[in-house]
Amino acid sequence: MTPRLASTAVVLLLLAVPLAGTILNEPWLITLATRVAILGLAGVGLNLVLGYGGMVSLGHAAYFGIGGYVAGILAHHALEGHPLMAWPVALGGTDSMIVIWLVAIVCGALLALLIGSLSLRTTGVYFIMITLAFAQMIYYFTISWPAYGGEDGLPIYVRNSLFGLDTMDPMTFFMIVFVVLVIVIFLVSRVVQSNFGLALNAVRQNEARVRSVGIGGFRIRLVAFVMSGAITALAGALFVDLNRFVSPSMLSWHTSGEIMIFVILGGVARLWGPIAGAALYVFLEQVLGSMTEHWQFWVGLLLIVVVLHARGGIMGFTSGRHSHGG
Amino acid sequence: MAAESGNAPVVLDVVGLTRSFGAVRANDAVSLDLVTGEIHALIGPNGAGKSTFISQVAGDLAPDSGSIRFQGRDIGQMSAAQRARLGMARTFQISSLIPEFTVLENAMLAHLGRLGESMRFFAPVARDRKLRQLARTCLERVGLDSRHRERVSEISHGERRLLEIAIALALEPAVFLLDEPMAGLDQEGSRMLIGLLDSLRQTAPVLLVEHDMDAVFALADRISVLVDGRLIATGQPDAIRSDDTVRAAYLGVEHP
Repeated sequence: MTPRLASTAVVLLLLAVPLAGTILNEPWLITLATRVAILGLAGVGLNLVLGYGGMVSLGHAAYFGIGGYVAGILAHHALEGHPLMAWPVALGGTDSMIVIWLVAIVCGALLALLIGSLSLRTTGVYFIMITLAFAQMIYYFTISWPAYGGEDGLPIYVRNSLFGLDTMDPMTFFMIVFVVLVIVIFLVSRVVQSNFGLALNAVRQNEARVRSVGIGGFRIRLVAFVMSGAITALAGALFVDLNRFVSPSMLSWHTSGEIMIFVILGGVARLWGPIAGAALYVFLEQVLGSMTEHWQFWVGLLLIVVVLHARGGIMGFTSGRHSHGG
Repeated sequence: MAAESGNAPVVLDVVGLTRSFGAVRANDAVSLDLVTGEIHALIGPNGAGKSTFISQVAGDLAPDSGSIRFQGRDIGQMSAAQRARLGMARTFQISSLIPEFTVLENAMLAHLGRLGESMRFFAPVARDRKLRQLARTCLERVGLDSRHRERVSEISHGERRLLEIAIALALEPAVFLLDEPMAGLDQEGSRMLIGLLDSLRQTAPVLLVEHDMDAVFALADRISVLVDGRLIATGQPDAIRSDDTVRAAYLGVEHP
């Protein structure tokens, strides 16, 4: 199977499940596919730094969570009618998905700029620990911040609106998520094949060489990190709309680990890899989860096999290795 | 030193470069200059501090003290990337390339750096005609153009050495810093590379760190000798060959 064929298979599968859900009148299948698409999108963000840039961030829950809280807080204020702030400018909430997405993207990017500009001065284990520490800081902050539900989280009751569509309809919401996913993956595919993508790929492999041809590796990695944070934050906003609920658990290190598992299971540096990985993860969660409460043991075992024997993950297994940008 | 430099303009002027690692003085007040059109060889036994010197000049290693002037500018505070953009082209003792890239992509990356075009996010780099053309011209000059589609991990050691030079050429250098370009080459490969290096001085002056004495004496206009971090002599090849200190400290051991 060529990489293109493998990607097509993932797309078709992602479309087939909600279609089957509609035909069989099993709407939970549609919701499941939507979840896969959103979690996969969070993985697409991480993949940019982990897969293409070689930066092992164990703190991507921070961006997922900030996107989630942007959606939750804006929708909460729109619903309650309280202004978000009255001074220096009066700012209210909103239930417009477009506005929420844009704010989530900007907040995710700014947070990534802040965290990245500090943590990217380190490498290896230190980088992993610093990204984790930042995410944990934000996690504990949300827990101890009573205004938006603290530990209990914040429900938003109805989905936000987009072009007058019935976003509460599972299939409609799935299609919204699917379109966003396709657009983001298209943009990422352009980025990884651009001049910048070449430099990012090179930085991962040999930073000294990149420096010696006049390219500052730090800048390249920071820009990738910011893009990555923005994408994962967008996924977080969608996730909150899916569940109509945001809570600190989105920010826990467990979430960071899951996003990383999607990328590794699916295949690092594969455009559709994180979606394949998220699909497998959610599938195992459903199937094994109904058989045993220790289903994560089996996921762990699978992860070990992938890391030891099939570094390319699902996408690499089905379409051969060495396909950066494929 | 001024007499030996003649009237040719000084491109690179290093004064009193000192760097210690713990108790070891890897470079002890090393001063050396490079004038237009010359190949200046830096020789010395293993561990003399030659690579340390190149790394400091290129900006990969910060000196404890000393100054580096390049084309009249003090570049001591500049990063390695900034120095490269000014036209400082270094090669590495152990080939340092992008292993998963093709030969062409490695050369394209260098042009990307020189042109400052790494922050373009949308157009596919593989279809950038101008960049490809520039890269292939450099590959042609070192005789690697026919191999431009090969992945670096698939080409021979000798070809990697040539690619290092092609990348240096891509930077449109004002100076070459070559760290043992001959390392690990067989006789045939060395002979070819000597011809190539000989032609480089017309592009820009060359600081050549090299162990191959035949190559050094065939190529160098001037030779500096580094022993235990100290420069013990600088001069024309004939003067160095007959210098008693040098013979005692270094040449005498390898060429009895």
